[in-house]
Amino acid sequence: MKIAVCIKRVPDTELRFTIAPDGKALDTSGLKYEISTFDEYAVEAALRLNEAHGSGDVTVVGLGPAGMAELLRRAMSMGADRAVHLTAEEVPFDGAAVAEALAGALTEGGYDLILLGRNATDTGSGAVGPMVAHRLGLPCVTAVSKLDVADGRGTAQRVLEGAVETVTFPLPAVLTIDEGLGRPRIPSLKGIMGAKKKPLDERPAQLGPVRLAVTSLAPPPERPAGRIVGEGADAVPELVRLLRDEAKVL
Amino acid sequence: MTTLLVYAESRGGALRSVAFEAVTAARAAVDAAGGGEVHALVAGSSGIASVASDLGRHGADLVVTVEHEGLARYNPEAIAATVAARITSGGYRGAVFSASAEGRDLAPRVAAILGVPLAADVTAFTLEGDAISATHPVYTGKAIATLRLEGTPAVLSIRPGAVSAAESPREARVESAAPAVDPGASRVVVTEVDTRGGGTLDLAEAPVIVAGGRGLREAANFALVESLAEAFKGRAAVGATRAVTDDGWRDPADQIGQTGRLVSPDLYIAVGISGAIQHLAGMRTSRVIVAINRDKDAPIFKVADYGIVGDLFEVVPRLTEEIGKARGRG
Ligand SMILES: Cc1cc2nc3c(=O)[nH]c(=O)nc-3n(C[C@H](O)[C@H](O)[C@H](O)COP(=O)(O)OP(=O)(O)OC[C@H]3O[C@@H](n4cnc5c(N)ncnc54)[C@H](O)[C@@H]3O)c2cc1C
Ligand SMILES: Nc1ncnc2c1ncn2[C@@H]1O[C@H](COP(=O)(O)O)[C@@H](O)[C@H]1O
Repeated sequence: MKIAVCIKRVPDTELRFTIAPDGKALDTSGLKYEISTFDEYAVEAALRLNEAHGSGDVTVVGLGPAGMAELLRRAMSMGADRAVHLTAEEVPFDGAAVAEALAGALTEGGYDLILLGRNATDTGSGAVGPMVAHRLGLPCVTAVSKLDVADGRGTAQRVLEGAVETVTFPLPAVLTIDEGLGRPRIPSLKGIMGAKKKPLDERPAQLGPVRLAVTSLAPPPERPAGRIVGEGADAVPELVRLLRDEAKVL
Repeated sequence: MTTLLVYAESRGGALRSVAFEAVTAARAAVDAAGGGEVHALVAGSSGIASVASDLGRHGADLVVTVEHEGLARYNPEAIAATVAARITSGGYRGAVFSASAEGRDLAPRVAAILGVPLAADVTAFTLEGDAISATHPVYTGKAIATLRLEGTPAVLSIRPGAVSAAESPREARVESAAPAVDPGASRVVVTEVDTRGGGTLDLAEAPVIVAGGRGLREAANFALVESLAEAFKGRAAVGATRAVTDDGWRDPADQIGQTGRLVSPDLYIAVGISGAIQHLAGMRTSRVIVAINRDKDAPIFKVADYGIVGDLFEVVPRLTEEIGKARGRG
C-alpha cells in the first residue's frame, strides 16, 4: 500500500524545560527534539502494514523548521522510503492552519492511507487529522489502537472510556494512531546508513490563516506540598480522617 | 445576545455526566458575558428526547433532539454534519463539546466542516467579544497555555472533570430536528461497542479513581484495588499504569497517562505506582491525590497530597475496611 505518515517535531517529553522570559513560549536553548510519540507509533504502524502485505511505500511528511529534516531521516532509518519537508520557521499552534498545508501536500499523492498521531505531545489537541481528512474529502477514524486492512476496506478498534469500539471504513482513508499497534522500532545501523540515500524533498509550507494562538505559557499550578501521613496500615485511620475532614472527598 | 450550543453526549440512551459538565461550563460562560442562551443538542435513537428536562436543570434553555435509528450508536459523520448544520443555521457564537473519547473525535470533525480552528481539551474559557480566551494543558501537562481563539463560530472541547456539573434549573424548550444527512450513508460505521462486561462507572465519569501499578506484582492482586474501589459504593472506577496494561493484567482502556486516558477526578488513589512522568501526565490535575508506596522516595509522593509509606498488601485491605466504615456512616 502507498501510505503517508505526518510526523511532528516536538520537544523531548522526558526533559525538564523552562519558559522563555516573554512568557509565551519555551526557552529553546538546550532543548532536545523528537518525533511526537503517537507519530512514531504511526510510522511503525505503516511499516508493519506493508510488511504484512509484502510490499508498499511509506512517505513521511513533516512541517517545521530546519531541524525537522533530521527527524524525517530518523523515520527513514526506521524504514520509511521517502520524506517531504514542508519548511516553516514557526509552526503555528492553530491545527487548522497546519492541516491546510499538510492537506495541500498530500492531495496528489494517491495514498491508500494517511496516518497521523492521536495528538501531538506539544499541543495535545488531536485536531489536525480530521481537518486533513475533511480537506481531502476522505473518511477519518481517530485514535486507532488496532487495525486490519483487506480488499480496500479497514476495520479499526478505538479505546473509549470503559469500552472498545469497532469501526469499519473504506480506503483511501485518514487515520490517527493511538497506542496499541506496536512499539516503534529502534533504527538499525543498516537502516541509518540507508536513510542517507533516500529522497528528501523540500518545499515551503503553504500554511492557512492563523486564528488560534498561545498568548501566554505558565508552569502548571504548584500542588500544595503534600505530606506523608504515616507508615504502614496504622496510618490508615488518620488518612481517612484527613480525606473526610480536611480534603472533604468522602 | 450570546448563544452557545452544547453537544450533550449520551451512551445507550442515557446522558453521560460529561454532558452536564459541558452545559454547566457553557451556562457560566454565557452568564459571565452578560447573559444569553445555552442550547443543547442530543442525538440518539427514539426516546432520547426524554433527557431534555435533565439538561434544563443544568442550565439549557433549549434542547434540540435528533432522533433516528441510525444514531443509536455513535455515528461520527452523521452527527458531525448535523451539529455543524445546526451551528450554522442557529447563528451560534460557538459550540462546546466534552473532550471525552467521543468528543475528541467529534469536535475536530465539526470544526473541519465549519472551516474554523478547534481549541481542544480546555480547562476553562471566557467569551471576550470576538475572541475567546481559554486555558489548556500543553507539553503533556508540563505547562498551561492561555489560548486566544478568534472568530465566530468558535469550537471548544472541555476536559472531563475540569468543570463540576452544577444546577441552574429552568424549563427547557424542546425542539426536534432531523439529521442533516442520511445516517445510513456514513462511510465510517461503528459496528460494535464492547463495554468489557462493564456498565460500571468509567474513568471520565468517576469522582474517585483507584489506580494500580506494577507494585501489585500480578494480575490476580488487582482484586485488592477492585475491593477498594467498591468500598466507594458506585463512585469509583479502576485505572492502571502502562506497566500493568503492557503485561495484560488490565485492559488498555484502563491505562492512565500520556498515552492513555487523561483524568481529573476529585480523588485519585495510586497504589504501587512509582509516578513516572508519563503517568503523571494523565492524572496530575486530579483534585486530591493519595499515594501508597513502600518506597518513600517514589516520585508519586511529589504530587500526592497524602501519602502512606508501606506495603500495599497491608495498607490497602485496611483502607478498604475504613472507607467502608466511613461511607457506611455518611
Ligand atoms: C512513550 C512512552 C509513553 C508512556 N505512556 C505511559 C502511560 O500512558 N501511562 C503510564 O502509566 N506509563 C506510561 N509509560 C511508562 C512509564 O514510563 C512507566 O514505565 C510506568 O508508568 C511505570 O508503571 P508502574 O508505576 O506501575 O511501575 P514501576 O515504575 O515499576 O513502579 C512500581 C512501584 O510499586 C512500588 N511497590 C512495589 N511493591 C510494593 C508493595 N508491596 N507495596 C507498595 N508499593 C510497592 C515500587 O516502590 C514502585 O514505586 C510510557 C513510557 C513511554 C516511554
Ligand atoms: N507540523 C506538523 N508536521 C507534521 N505533522 C503534524 C504537524 N502538526 C501536527 N501534525 C500531525 O497531526 C497530529 C495531530 O496534531 P494535533 O492536532 O496538534 O494534536 C500529529 O500527531 C501529527 O501526526
